[in-house]
Amino acid sequence: MLPVDAAQKAGSSPMRVGIVCPYDWSAPGGVKQHIRDLANALQDLGHDVSVLTPCEDESDLEPFVVSAGRPIPVPYNGSVARLSFGPVSAARVRRWVRDGDFDVVHVHEPASPSLSVLACWVCDGPLVATWHSSSERSRAMSAFYYLLQTAMEKISGRIAVSEKARQTLVENVGGDAVLIPNGVTCKQFEGGEPFEGYPRPGRTILFLGRIDEPRKGLQVLLHAMPKIVDRFPDIRLLVAGPGDVDGLRASLDPKVAEHIEFLGLISEDDKVRAFKSADVYVAPNTGGESFGIVLLESMAAGTPVLASDIEAFAKVLEHGSAGALFENENSEDLATQLEQLLADDARCLALRAEGFRRSREFDWASVARDVVRVYEAVLQPGVKVEADFSGQVFGRFG
Amino acid sequence: MWVAIGIVVVLALFGVYLASTAGRLDRLHHRVDTACASLNAQLLRRSTIAFELAMSGELDPAASLVLADAAIRAQENDGDPVDRAQPESDLTKAIIATIGSREAVDLLFATESGTTLGNQLSSALHRTAISRRFYNDAVRACRAVRRQHLVRWFSLAGHTPMPQTVEMDDEVPSGFEGR
Repeated sequence: MLPVDAAQKAGSSPMRVGIVCPYDWSAPGGVKQHIRDLANALQDLGHDVSVLTPCEDESDLEPFVVSAGRPIPVPYNGSVARLSFGPVSAARVRRWVRDGDFDVVHVHEPASPSLSVLACWVCDGPLVATWHSSSERSRAMSAFYYLLQTAMEKISGRIAVSEKARQTLVENVGGDAVLIPNGVTCKQFEGGEPFEGYPRPGRTILFLGRIDEPRKGLQVLLHAMPKIVDRFPDIRLLVAGPGDVDGLRASLDPKVAEHIEFLGLISEDDKVRAFKSADVYVAPNTGGESFGIVLLESMAAGTPVLASDIEAFAKVLEHGSAGALFENENSEDLATQLEQLLADDARCLALRAEGFRRSREFDWASVARDVVRVYEAVLQPGVKVEADFSGQVFGRFG
Repeated sequence: MWVAIGIVVVLALFGVYLASTAGRLDRLHHRVDTACASLNAQLLRRSTIAFELAMSGELDPAASLVLADAAIRAQENDGDPVDRAQPESDLTKAIIATIGSREAVDLLFATESGTTLGNQLSSALHRTAISRRFYNDAVRACRAVRRQHLVRWFSLAGHTPMPQTVEMDDEVPSGFEGR
C-alpha cells in the first residue's frame, strides 16, 4: 500500500497555472469574465496563476495579467474578430511560457485563430483547453482543420462549459470533454442595498436583457402584464437592459406603460441592487440559452426566480424546486404562475432558501475545484510546460 | 530528364509526408503514454484511500470488509489499466454499495477524520473518471491515425502495440456529486 500522505501530497500541492485568453482584456465579454473569475478562484485555492491575453489598454491590469500586445481586427467567419497572431505574438507566447515555469497551461476557445491556438502550437507539456461557444462549424474550420490539427492533438484534457459547447467540440474536432459549467461569484451578490424606495409594498418584478432581442422574451412578459396589473394594481416592472426604449414605450398600452420603469444598461453593482429591489426576477427567454448564469446570480442575491421552462433553465432550477417555471412563450401561464408566487409568501421564502443553496453549488470556489481536478489528471510529475521548437515549420515533425 | 526530376520531387514530397505523419503518430503515442500513467496513478490513489477508509473505523464492520476486499483486489493486479478494468469496476461497485448514498456520505462528513477521508476519496473518484475519459480520448485519436492505409503499409507505428481503451465502471456515486 502506498502511504496516503505521499499520494495526497502528489495530488493537491499548489500549482503554477498559465491561462491564455483569446480576446481583448480591455473589452467586456463572457470568456474574459470567466477567465478573470477562474484566475481569482484558483488563487484563493492557493495556486499561482498568470494570464496571457491580448490587450488594447495596458494600463491598470490586474497583477496576474500579462499583455501579449494589441489585438488586430480581421475579418473571420463572417464578422470582424479582434485577435492576436503572427510571429511577434508567437514570440511573446514562447517567452511567457519560458518565464512562467508552468505545471499546466490552460487555453480557452482553442479552435479560433487566436493566441490560444498559438499557445497550443508553442507549448509542450500538460495542456488543458476549454470550449465556450456553441458555434456552427465554420467553412474555414471544415476545409482547413488540417492546419489546426497538430495544435489540437497536443491538448491532453478538454473541458466544455455547456452540453451545447460539448456537442460543438464533438462534431467539429472529435473526441470528448469533461463538462464543467460556468461559475457564479456568489459573494458579489450577497451585499448591496436595494434602490431607494424599494422594496415596495405594491410588489416589484425584474427583467434583465436586451429589450429588442426576441430571444430574451420581454414581449412574452409584456403580454402577461395586463392580467398581472389587474391582480396587483400597484405592481412595478423594472426593465434593465439596452435597446430602443422610446420606440418600445410608444408601442405600449399606456395602462401597462405606467407600471414599467426602464433602467437602460446597468452596471454590475446596479445589477445587484436591482435584484435586491425586486420580489421576483422573471426570465422569459424563449431559447438560445445554454446555461442561465443570471438565474444563479438572482438566486445568490436571494431573489426568487420565475423562468421559462426551456431545458437549460429547468435544469438550473432543478425542475421547479429551486425556482418557479412557466410554459415557454405562454404569457397566460406566466401571469398565472407569477400571481401565485407573489401571493404566496411561504413559497417565496422556501424558493429563496432553495435558490440560495443551489447557487452555492455553482460558486466559483466549487467550479475551480473541479477545474483543478482536471489539471491534476493531466499533470506529469516533474514535468513543466516548455516552449516547443520542434516542428514549427509544419508543426508536424518530431 | 524532366520526368526523372519530377519523380524525384514527388518521391521527396512523399517522404516528407511520411516523416511528418510518423512524427504526429509519435506525439499521439506519447499522449497515450502520459494519459495512461496518469490513469494508473489515479486508480492507485483511489484504491489506497478506499483501503484507508475501510481501516479507519468510520464505517460499520461489514461495509469495511467489503470495501477493504475490493480495494486489495484492485491493487493486486498491477498491470495496465486495460487488464485491471474488472477489479477496478468491482471497487467502484463496492464504493457505491458501502458509501455511495447521500445519507452515508453525510454521515461520513459528520466527523472531522471522516471529512478528511471523505474529501480525499471524493477527489480520487472524480479524478479517476476524468483521467479515464482523457485516456480514452487519446487512444481514440491515436487509433484513428493508425488505421490509415499509409500508416499500416509503411508500418509507421513500428512495433508499438495498438493502444486499447479502458472500459470500466467509474461512476461517481450520487452521494459524492458536487463534493
